[in-house]
Amino acid sequence: MMAPVSAIMLSIDGSIAALFVIFGLGVMVSRQMLASLRFFMWQASALTASALALAYALQAVNLLWVALITFTTKVIAVPLVLRWAAGEEVYGRREVDQAMGIPASVLVAAMLALVGWFAVAPVLPTLHGVPFAAINLPTGLIMVLWGAFTVAVRRESVAQLMGLLIMENGAFFGSIAIVHNLTVIAEIAAAVDVPIVALVIGLLIRSIRRVTGSTRVGTLDKLHER
Amino acid sequence: MTPIWTHLVLNLGQVAFILVFSPLVEGVLHRIEENIQGKSGVSIWQTYRDIWKLFGKDEVVSEQSTWVFRFAPIVAFVMPIFVVLLIPAFTAYPLFFAFMGDMVAVGFLMAVSGFFVALAGMDTGNIYAAVGASRTHMVGFLAEPVFIMVFFSVSYVANSTIPYFVTATWGASWSNMLQPTHLMVILAFFLLILADEGRIPVDSPAGKVEIAMIGHSKGLEYSGSSAALMKWGGASKLMVLALIFVNVLVTPWGLAATTQWTAVLSAMGLVLLKLLAFVVILALVETTLAKLRLFRISEFLAVAFVICLFAVSIRLVGIT
Repeated sequence: MMAPVSAIMLSIDGSIAALFVIFGLGVMVSRQMLASLRFFMWQASALTASALALAYALQAVNLLWVALITFTTKVIAVPLVLRWAAGEEVYGRREVDQAMGIPASVLVAAMLALVGWFAVAPVLPTLHGVPFAAINLPTGLIMVLWGAFTVAVRRESVAQLMGLLIMENGAFFGSIAIVHNLTVIAEIAAAVDVPIVALVIGLLIRSIRRVTGSTRVGTLDKLHER
Repeated sequence: MTPIWTHLVLNLGQVAFILVFSPLVEGVLHRIEENIQGKSGVSIWQTYRDIWKLFGKDEVVSEQSTWVFRFAPIVAFVMPIFVVLLIPAFTAYPLFFAFMGDMVAVGFLMAVSGFFVALAGMDTGNIYAAVGASRTHMVGFLAEPVFIMVFFSVSYVANSTIPYFVTATWGASWSNMLQPTHLMVILAFFLLILADEGRIPVDSPAGKVEIAMIGHSKGLEYSGSSAALMKWGGASKLMVLALIFVNVLVTPWGLAATTQWTAVLSAMGLVLLKLLAFVVILALVETTLAKLRLFRISEFLAVAFVICLFAVSIRLVGIT
């Protein structure tokens, strides 16, 4: 059982969670690659802010490391890696193809959010003594679901990468409220994975583009005769 | 003076406040936008000059038009005045007409104004006005659920639909202000203002090509005093929405707590500063975003709707 935290800190974390969700929605509905990347960067900044708020409220020094690592890897490193590996696609392409229209995607997102909340509801009583779990855990799960949905409906490999990255953000957002005393080395190991994923997928995107002339992976489900 | 008379005078003072300062708010908005775009910009008093000039000009009315065309500018001018009687413009306490209507009434009054202006657009027989009217109705149809959801989430949190009580609820403590529901409602209402006022990215108020216009083509046929009323009414509507945004949602403090004139005058000054901040943000948004294609507006408003849905859901599942 942990010490209770002030109502104002809960409200601050709640507001950050709201921003986190709004930026995640931005990643989902953006039609432009660059806008999608920027929303991801803002979302990672919200994750950093939540880690800082939790570090202050829970006096958890490890969360300061989480904040620093998150900001360095996701707000600074991922855009740099993507610029290097798939710069033309991220900074040059105007619109992103997707299997489902934006209004329909938005409605599905709303449904997934409800699923996320109700899925977490039975777990929350067991985490009664863990402050912030009631805010961070459902928010994180919603983002994981939205990320999976984005990967499913986007036909562009860069946009699918954004889906993977917001899934990862969601997993971090939920976990910092439950486990905030992991060793720093474990935090670094988890966080460094993100730019590596971006690098690997970025290189994959580059090679797909070199072979097919496009990154529209949605059209690669059919065999082409040469 | 008895309190009831003081409240009545202050309520009428709100009307004067809107009528006097709304052209200034619009003028400052235009000036800031043009400055951001690297232009020197027209004077902030230009809207006053335009209205004055239009009142001095003759009016030309099509023989084909009916009473609706003549009546619509009066409705467009009067409705924001009715609305400002119901909202906290510079006092934290409810004034004489505060309980005459709630936020649903505010939405209704705005809708009546929009309805008559759209009808007048079709009444003239001008093809661009009719296209503008139908496009406005498309945007209005999409914005309606968002309006309802904003009202619902705000009244759900404040347990009231009277704007003064909503202001008091949000402003009661910092933890109320920082609720996620509050943040989401603020964002959704801002998107709604952009859509309802025909600002970028929904419509371009500075656009001059009739075929691309949404709301602004409805007033093309007006001249003389009717055009002046439409212009003044439009500026008043923007200021009323901005007042609801800043005084009820974003910064529900700094309003006069007493009926003393010094308190009221300082609250007026503070409200004008808040409006200036709002106008700067609006100008920044308008100059950094591109106009959406017509059929992408539904996506813009769908996002606003889902944000509202979240605001309500968050309250329902008990995340404060």
